[in-house]
Amino acid sequence: MDGPIAPWLNLDAVRADFPILSEKVRGKPFTFLDSGASAQKPRQVIGAMVRMMETAYANVHRGAYHMSEQATEAYELSRVAVATFLNAGDSREIIFTGSSTNAINLVAHSYGRGVMQPGQAVVISEMEHHANIVPWQMARDAHGLELRVCRITDSGELDLDDLAAKLADGRVGLVAVTHMSNVLGTVTPAAQIARMAHEAGAKVLFDGSQAAVHRRVDVREIDADFYVFTGHKLYGPTGIGVLYAKGALQEVMPPFLGGGDMISEVSFERSVWAPYPAKFEAGTPPIIEAIGLHAAIDYVNAIGMPAIEAHERALVDRAMARLPQIEGVTLLGRAQDRGGVFAFALDTAHAHDVATLLDRAGIAVRSGRHCAEPLHERFGVESTCRASFGLYTTPAEVDLLADALHQAREFFR
Amino acid sequence: MSGGLFDDLRDLYQEVILDHGRKPRNFKRLDDADRTARGDNPMCGDRMELFVKLAPDGHIEDAAFQGRGCAISMASASLMTDTVKGKTQAQARLMGENFRALAMTGVCPECGGEIADDMERLAPLSGVHDFPSRVKCATLAWHTLNAALDGGAKEASSE
Ligand SMILES: Cc1ncc(COP(=O)(O)O)c(C=O)c1O
Repeated sequence: MDGPIAPWLNLDAVRADFPILSEKVRGKPFTFLDSGASAQKPRQVIGAMVRMMETAYANVHRGAYHMSEQATEAYELSRVAVATFLNAGDSREIIFTGSSTNAINLVAHSYGRGVMQPGQAVVISEMEHHANIVPWQMARDAHGLELRVCRITDSGELDLDDLAAKLADGRVGLVAVTHMSNVLGTVTPAAQIARMAHEAGAKVLFDGSQAAVHRRVDVREIDADFYVFTGHKLYGPTGIGVLYAKGALQEVMPPFLGGGDMISEVSFERSVWAPYPAKFEAGTPPIIEAIGLHAAIDYVNAIGMPAIEAHERALVDRAMARLPQIEGVTLLGRAQDRGGVFAFALDTAHAHDVATLLDRAGIAVRSGRHCAEPLHERFGVESTCRASFGLYTTPAEVDLLADALHQAREFFR
Repeated sequence: MSGGLFDDLRDLYQEVILDHGRKPRNFKRLDDADRTARGDNPMCGDRMELFVKLAPDGHIEDAAFQGRGCAISMASASLMTDTVKGKTQAQARLMGENFRALAMTGVCPECGGEIADDMERLAPLSGVHDFPSRVKCATLAWHTLNAALDGGAKEASSE
């Protein structure tokens, strides 16, 4: 592999851990540049899930027998691993959900409708994923909340002056913003946002679906009240997401879904909620997925977040050196602090046509609006292609993309 | 790199399609349209508005569209508006049905008879059947046409 490879990350060894990367697409090597949508899975994750099903599976919290106790212990150990991953102070602050989307909906119900008062406001931003827009619109309509949208700058950074203005009247109950844009790659200044929110008497939620994959996250250092991420983007399985929520908040939040496991007493007259976080985990949870997520976190930790960050920085530098040089390519967003996600448009061709061409070269990129329709409107573009990097992405793949884009432009001229 | 990386895509992006995609025909609003409908592929960002003007006897006198989208969706709308002009609504719907079969399978057993010549003009789009995620780009215009024709069913004149 040519190009500057971060010496601290053994790329060949990493790639060998991901069986799918040796697949061929139409006879060409599979160049997967869509990790931002969902990442590939290493053997370690696949193996842990299979092993669980083959040797240690039963429902959790329900059986007074060996297998169930073992499964329960493994499930709870995953919670501890997630807590450590986010540097939460207490593993009870980790709620397992089905995805980021589920986690945000949980907050929108239990905090937005359950704790906030009608007339209070929620602040989101112009660069949110639909998962962090729609639940708040629903809470607004059902509960009389106000929804405020913080502007972003032309370079794709959160406009902090506008955030201050949106917070000024003291009616904001929650700031819910992305920690890293899934379109622009922008990493937001979480600690500063949290400080501003708290000074205005608001709580803060970060959508860390992208950030948690690319950066070390310390929920106590940034002082997040809620932090959300999703397993499948972190090299783990689908079907599991994480909500970090401070204990004091979980204490006052009513449950979201009702069912088994979330109660300590049930009669036909009334039920008594189980202590948190069980209160928020109704029904049989994603047990196998939690084991897979634990394995994914172990995998990432074994490589080390500093190495992953450094590797990504090298890829970002490479992409920034190559992509803007291609005639006719426009990049969306030029944030100073950014991760390995690049949305771009080509002057001679629509994003879908570009994606079809790239696919011929074995290159998988996403095309469309990436669940961020308002953001595309903000930049006045109908749709874009998006290349997003993972820890297995090579500098040569970035070059391949750049070369193919150049040829794609020629093709459509 | 050599220039031929995408040569095998010429089946999909035939010159006709690139041409209609770049310079779509009938790309305008019809202010006196009798039927209009919007077509939207939310996932792709393809959007179009279709205008149909009907003659007193109900046949399609004129058709035009506006919108934005990929080369396939624009070329398909361009070719469609060209071919349905002068057709009865029933003929247009039949062509649409057969076009969808053509786009999905690459062949069209029912494309003979009175619509044979018109289907021949649409044939360059049959290449999409190899690209499952792109089939809906090609069929969007025809779905929109059906919606437009359905939309005014109450006032539909004789067929
Ligand atoms: C920033 C961001 N938020 C939320 C989500 C939603 O994640 P999920 O679909 O796993 O709920 C995604 C990814 O799709 C994302 O990129």
